[in-house]
Amino acid sequence: MIALLLRDLRLAIRAGGGFGLGLAFFLIVTVLVPFGVGPEGGTLAKIAPGILWVGALLACLLSLDRIFALDFEDGSLDLLATAPIPLEAVVTMKAAAHWLTTGLPLVVAAPVFGVLLNLQGEGFFWLTVSLALGTPALSVIGTFGAALTVGLKRGGLLLSLLVLPLYVPTLIFGAETVRRGTEGMETGAPLMLLAGITAASIALLPFASAAAIRVNLR
Amino acid sequence: MNAHLTVTDLAISRGGIPVLEGVSFTLSPGRALVLRGPNGVGKTTLLRTLAGLQPPLAGTVSMPADAIAYSGHADGLKATLSVTENLSFWAAIYGTGGFAPVLEAMNLEALRDRMAGSLSAGQKRRLGLARLLVSGRPIWMLDEPTVSLDAASVALFAQAVRAHLGQGGSALMATHIELGIAEAEVLDLAPFKARPPVDGGRGHDFGEAFA
Repeated sequence: MIALLLRDLRLAIRAGGGFGLGLAFFLIVTVLVPFGVGPEGGTLAKIAPGILWVGALLACLLSLDRIFALDFEDGSLDLLATAPIPLEAVVTMKAAAHWLTTGLPLVVAAPVFGVLLNLQGEGFFWLTVSLALGTPALSVIGTFGAALTVGLKRGGLLLSLLVLPLYVPTLIFGAETVRRGTEGMETGAPLMLLAGITAASIALLPFASAAAIRVNLR
Repeated sequence: MNAHLTVTDLAISRGGIPVLEGVSFTLSPGRALVLRGPNGVGKTTLLRTLAGLQPPLAGTVSMPADAIAYSGHADGLKATLSVTENLSFWAAIYGTGGFAPVLEAMNLEALRDRMAGSLSAGQKRRLGLARLLVSGRPIWMLDEPTVSLDAASVALFAQAVRAHLGQGGSALMATHIELGIAEAEVLDLAPFKARPPVDGGRGHDFGEAFA
């Protein structure tokens, strides 16, 4: 299992692996928004939590279709399905690799990008915490979407349409955590709900993803 | 390694259309079986069904758990990983150890640090077959294993299969090319071709859908 994780990480950082793609996209969004909205600090500070979370979410979405597509095309997925490790473990490792290459860089870089949007005081802390708790759910849910659309030519758009509604609860509670944190209010409830969504996704979705892949390999 | 593969009265379908029915055979340790038949008869589908990638329509397949090493048309190689990285990944997945003898057996020694993406088609195929050797599984299921291999490599492949049979393994191969494995038995799949449904196939499904 660890071998699969290491292989995926290695593939991601090699040429054409797409590492940093999500991060670059996130940077573009956070740089462009002030140009579009105007430089007025109060407005930016107000919308910063939402924009940062939407940007992180879209950045996550960007690399989802690669999770299984490449393995499907070169036949590795067939071979992994007949290998001794269970498919549930395969999809869990795939999701973990996706989070390490997309979600984790976003968590680390988000406070820096927060400066561009004039995020206030406490917000930096809550942004990092909420992204750290929320982005694993984005990767796991996205892996499920990728498993559903594996084998479809140009399945990327369908994947986005399938996955975006499932991302909404994470987005709501993630952005809410940052907003409340910035305004100095209690953040316990949204943070707990965010963590709950992540925990439930990690516990349940690998089984659904593995089942979807089994059907799609037929 | 002691694994019997017994297939009884198997019926399989491709894309929802039955292709083979009534397939029965036994593959004992130390034996090789070559599947033959015209294009589209269902050789690949049969191998995928036996490998557990799709369910059969009817019939039973009995064999020990985790006995199969499947090799399809695609080699499952990662272009941006080197030859040894590709092999060591599969060795780790199958939980087997060294792959140095495998590199030698498939004549990949000189290519070990090359990226898989820069290999020729035949070299990729050899690397794909080397994966079987690191799998340590007793029953090999090979789909067109010698496509794009030159004569010398086909001989290497035959040698590897013979060594595998000698260790009590078995091999099931779908191919059109003479493999040079004299002891292999041949199973012609053409007689097992599924009869078309009486009302011409599709019409039946429609009837069911609107019933």
